[in-house]
Amino acid sequence: MGEILEIFLSASFWAAVIRIASPLIFATMGELICERAGVLNLGIEGIMVAGAFAGWMTVYSGGGLWTGVVVAMLAGMLFGLLHGTLTVPFGLSQHVVGLGITLLATASAYFAYRLALPRVTTPPRIEAFQPLPIPILSDIPLLGPALFTQTPLTYLAFVLVAVVSFVLFRTPLGLALRAAGENPAAVAAQGLSVTGLRMGAVIVGSGLMAVGGAFLTMSAFNSFFFEMVNGRGWICIALVVFGAWMPGKALLGAVLFGMFDALQIRLQQTSIGADVPYQIFLMMPFVLSILALVIMSRRASVPAALMVPFNKGER
Amino acid sequence: MRLEVIARPSLGRLIGFPAIALALTVVFGSSLALLAGANPFQTLGLILRGAAGSQFALLETLNRATPLIFTGLAVAVAFRAKLWNIGAEAQLYAGALMAVLLGTGALGWPSALLLPAMAGAAMLAGALVLLGPALLKTRLGVDEVVTTLLFNFIMLLFISMLLEGPLKDPMGMGWPQSSRLIPDARLPRIVDGLRLHWGFALALIAAILVWVIQSRTTLGYEMRAVGQNRQAAEFAGIPVGRVILKTALLSGGLAALAGFSEVAGLRGNLSLDLSPGFGYTGIIVAMLALLNPIGVVISAIFVAGVFVGADSMSRAAGVPTYIANIMLATALLTMVLAIALTRYRLRWD
Repeated sequence: MGEILEIFLSASFWAAVIRIASPLIFATMGELICERAGVLNLGIEGIMVAGAFAGWMTVYSGGGLWTGVVVAMLAGMLFGLLHGTLTVPFGLSQHVVGLGITLLATASAYFAYRLALPRVTTPPRIEAFQPLPIPILSDIPLLGPALFTQTPLTYLAFVLVAVVSFVLFRTPLGLALRAAGENPAAVAAQGLSVTGLRMGAVIVGSGLMAVGGAFLTMSAFNSFFFEMVNGRGWICIALVVFGAWMPGKALLGAVLFGMFDALQIRLQQTSIGADVPYQIFLMMPFVLSILALVIMSRRASVPAALMVPFNKGER
Repeated sequence: MRLEVIARPSLGRLIGFPAIALALTVVFGSSLALLAGANPFQTLGLILRGAAGSQFALLETLNRATPLIFTGLAVAVAFRAKLWNIGAEAQLYAGALMAVLLGTGALGWPSALLLPAMAGAAMLAGALVLLGPALLKTRLGVDEVVTTLLFNFIMLLFISMLLEGPLKDPMGMGWPQSSRLIPDARLPRIVDGLRLHWGFALALIAAILVWVIQSRTTLGYEMRAVGQNRQAAEFAGIPVGRVILKTALLSGGLAALAGFSEVAGLRGNLSLDLSPGFGYTGIIVAMLALLNPIGVVISAIFVAGVFVGADSMSRAAGVPTYIANIMLATALLTMVLAIALTRYRLRWD
C-alpha cells in the first residue's frame, strides 16, 4: 500500500494525469458538440489519427507549432465536412459513415506518412511544445506542477471546456444547437436551419478531435507512429456518455481516466507489477470505460434526437 | 433542404448511381497513385493482376476472402437487426483461441470429430463474447457500438497475455505465439496441391445457411422486423430483447468461425497478427453487399482482391499499400450515398 500512497503524493504523477487527460479533453469536447446537435461522430478515432499526422507533418516540414495545430484542425474539419454532408442532409447511417470516415482518415494519414517517409523505421522526432510554467501558481506544491507547469495546449484544453460550456448553455447559438439535438422540428419551426446547425457542430467538433490527435504528436510523444491513437477516440465517446453530455462532467471523466491511466503505468513498476501481467494494466482503461457506461446507463440524459436524421416536412 | 422519396426509381437511377460511385472510387485511387509518382493505369493493372492474374493470385484472393466472408456475414446478420456489432475482431480472436485450446493436443480425437468440436467451441466462445454487450444493451440500454469496440482492445490484450504466458509455444524461439495444431486439427485443402483450404467451402455453406435463416425462418423475419422498426415489432408481439440476443449469438458465432478457419486452415497456430482487422473490414464487406448474405460472398472476394492486389502492386510500383484501405473506405462511403440516391432526391426548398 505504501507504494501506491507514494505514487499519489508525487508531483510527477499529477502532472502525468493532466497530460494524459489533455488530448481526451479536446476530442471529448468535439464529440460532445456533435452529439448535442444530434450527430454521433464515429469518425473520431480516424480524425484523431489524421490530426496527429497533419500537425506533426507541418512541424516536421518546417512549419511553426501553432501552424501545426491550425493545419490539424483544418484537416479534422475537412473530414467533419464529409461526415456532416453524408449524415445530415443525406441522412445516411451515422454508424456506417462514422466508421467509414475513421477508416478513410486513418488510411489517408498512413498513406501520406509512407509517401513522405518511405523507408523510415524509427519515427523522426520534432521540436514539440514545451512546458510553460505559470509564474507564482506553478510554485504551489503538488497542484503547481500538475496544473500550472503544462504545455500551452493543455491550458487551451481547459479554456476550451469553459468556452464550450458557456456557448452551449449561455448563448442563443448553444440553445439552438442543443435544440437541434433534442427537438429538431421545433428548431425548424423557429425558422432556423437544422441542417446548418448540425453541419456546423460536426465540422467544428471534428476540428477539435483533430487537435486532440495533434496533442499526441506535438505535446506528448513528439513523433508520429502507427497505432498511436490506440482507441483513445472510442474512449472519448464513452467519456461523453459518462459526463452525461455535460462539458464539466466530461472534463471530470477525462481527468479521472487520466488518473487511472497514470496509475496503471506506475503500478507496473511496483511490486504489484512484478506479479501481474502488464496486459492487465493496459486493459484497465478499456474495462473502466465499459464500467463507466454501465454505471451511467440508468441516467437517461441522451439527446432525444441523437442519431435521428431530420428531414423537413416529414412527420 | 429535404429528401424526397422516389416512388418508382428508374433503371438508370438504380444502375447509374452505384456505377458513378464505383467510377469515383477508381478515379480517386488513380489520383492517389499519381500523387505517389506512379502511372495510375499501370497501378490499377498491377492491382488487378495481383488479385486475379494467375491461379496463385486468385487462390490467394479466395484465401483472404474466407475470413472476410465470415466477419461480413456476422456484421450483416447483426446490422439487419440494428445490432451494431463492431466487435467482430474480438469474436474472431475468441474463436481462434478455442481452436488452439482444443487443437494443440488437448483432444486426441480423429479429424472428423475434432474439427466440428473446434468449430462448435469457437462459435460458442464468439457468441458469448457478443452476448455480454448484447445483454448490456437489452437490460441496461448501454450502447453496443462503444462496448463492442472497447471489447476488441480488451480481447487483443487478453490474447497477448495468454501468448506470453500459458499458451506460449516452448519451441517458438521466444515469439509470442501458440504451439502448432496437431495434424488432425488442420482443415485440409479442397484440392490437393492447391493452396485453398476447406474454410472457404465452410464460408460458402455459412452464407447459404444465413440466407436460409434470414429469408425462410421465423427468426429471420423477426430479426428484420426488429431492425426495421423496433416499436412496431414490439407492438406486433415480437420478443424484441430475445430476438436481439439470438442475433448476437448468431453474429458472434459467425465472426468466431473466421478465427477458427484462419487458425485451422491457414496459419496452424495463434499469434497477434492473425487478423489485420478482418473484423472491421467485415463492416465494409457487409455494407457493400447491402447486408445480403449471398452478396457478402461476392463483396468479400472483391474486397480481398483489392487487398491482395494492392499488396502485390505495392511491391512492384512502390505505392504505399494503404491505398487499398483508402479505396475501400471511398467505395463504402460513395456506395452508401449512391444507394440512398437511388431512393431519394435532394430538394432545395
